[in-house]
Amino acid sequence: MKVLVTVKRVPDPYAKISPNADGTDIAREGLTMAVNPFDEIALEEAIRLKEAGKATEIVAVSIGGAESQEQLRTALAMGADRAILVQTEEPLDPPSIARLLAAIVQREQPQLILMGKQAIDMDDNQVGQMLAAILNLPQATFASKITIEDSTATVERETDNGIETIRVPLPAVITADLRLNEPRYVALTGIVRARTKPLETLTPADLGITPKARVRLKKVEKPPARQAGKRVADVKELVRLLKEEARVI
Amino acid sequence: MKILIVAETDGSRVSEKTLPAIAFAQKIAPNDFHILAVGSSLQNLELLTGYGAQTVWVADDPRLAKPLAERYAPVIAHLARQIGADLIASTTTTFSRDTLARAAGLLDAPMLSDITALESLNGTLIARRPIYSANLIGTFEVEGTPVVLTVRGPAWGKPEPKEGASPIQNAELPAEIPTRSEWLSLQGSSGGRPDLTQARVVVSGGRPLKDPQTFEKYIGGLADVLGGAVGATRAAVDAGIAPNELQVGQTGKTVAPELYIAVAISGSVQHLAGMKDSRVIVAINIDPEAPIFQVADYGLVADLYEVVPQLIEELKNARG
Repeated sequence: MKVLVTVKRVPDPYAKISPNADGTDIAREGLTMAVNPFDEIALEEAIRLKEAGKATEIVAVSIGGAESQEQLRTALAMGADRAILVQTEEPLDPPSIARLLAAIVQREQPQLILMGKQAIDMDDNQVGQMLAAILNLPQATFASKITIEDSTATVERETDNGIETIRVPLPAVITADLRLNEPRYVALTGIVRARTKPLETLTPADLGITPKARVRLKKVEKPPARQAGKRVADVKELVRLLKEEARVI
Repeated sequence: MKILIVAETDGSRVSEKTLPAIAFAQKIAPNDFHILAVGSSLQNLELLTGYGAQTVWVADDPRLAKPLAERYAPVIAHLARQIGADLIASTTTTFSRDTLARAAGLLDAPMLSDITALESLNGTLIARRPIYSANLIGTFEVEGTPVVLTVRGPAWGKPEPKEGASPIQNAELPAEIPTRSEWLSLQGSSGGRPDLTQARVVVSGGRPLKDPQTFEKYIGGLADVLGGAVGATRAAVDAGIAPNELQVGQTGKTVAPELYIAVAISGSVQHLAGMKDSRVIVAINIDPEAPIFQVADYGLVADLYEVVPQLIEELKNARG
């Protein structure tokens, strides 16, 4: 079974993010970049499937500028077998990313497409579902457990109402939630080996697609800050204030 | 502008989580919005008929008995095309993120997730939504229609009741509904308490609550005396003290109740992202330096094991 995993370059989840000087984007200077944490979880799951003898090949795909090669090298160092970068400087929106990925899927014909449920920059949570729709494949989003047997996947999903279990035949798109697994650290031997693994670069034109974003980010600002209130001395004072001042009880 | 609101259902019942989306429609297109409910033998459609919708459409079919995106999305896309909807919207939940994004893929429509504001300027839609884990607010322009939206519940509130009931009509089903995905089970655990995202009062607990029994005794006990819902931090969930679906924060649920009581919660950025829009925030923490105090309206520096039982007693007395 071939598994395709998507990898997005995003700011490090622990980096402090602030608007740039003219408020049109975030301040990017000196920002540490990383693999989107949810994509890392998806990749870890693919590697575990390979270790369990269920996956035979893992292909990591990224879409973005040339610098996204760094994140693909990380994916190769973790355990992906080869990587594809669809290189473009265009700002893209989820439907155009889904179209590019659909073209890659048609080329690669994986049995399983594993993705992070969302990227931690725009928090859209759309591309996996859109890709599944375009390719007319079943989908299982927000996976916290995946069991593959006889070309079907039984997936536990983290929903607002609890853990939902569904079964989908493969090929399918599955998106990873936080509790699916804990990604491994990259070992030094992995980094060395990653240098010799193939990383192919394509352009949208190679895939016959001229992407155009219909959703555009125009302004970035900080949310209004909440003011700290008062300290209360004891429970009696708290209850009195909640009753008489805040009028919530 | 014509809006199609997609009601959240579990296949047999309409959820109150739909209400903020209806409030959104009342605000943006008060005289031109429709509602679609998808399921099989849907029980409580009257939840949707009292808000001035032109039509409440019902897609009723045994294949739609469980909320599977693969089956629901084509039904939504079909009706959206048929009535010529400019906007297709639901309240932000895991249901809508799953289902509406797939419908957007079928419609080849752009989508904006979790919006807090929307306006139309010379034919261009402009929306605001939290980005970077709600650390920043982004303003986005969208070209063309239809556009698919999920709307952030706390930002839109509750709809206004209107006179007269909206007519209920059967929606035509698409020629094909793929049935490859199968629904197997749902393991929930609300324990009869109000839904976390809908509750007027939320009491949340952090990692110091030790174990599920202690968590239930103190956090559950306080929530019950207030008729509230129970929430938890990611650390508490990861430690197995509270179930996943109670998690409030960036990777969990967004809540904005009238009263939010944070017990033994330090106030990480990721937790604040899920609750800082609450009207009144109370923090109880033994550490006077805890960041939660910077957003709390009322802060009590104290040991939870001492003051939570006192608080439960006081509230019982106050209610008489």
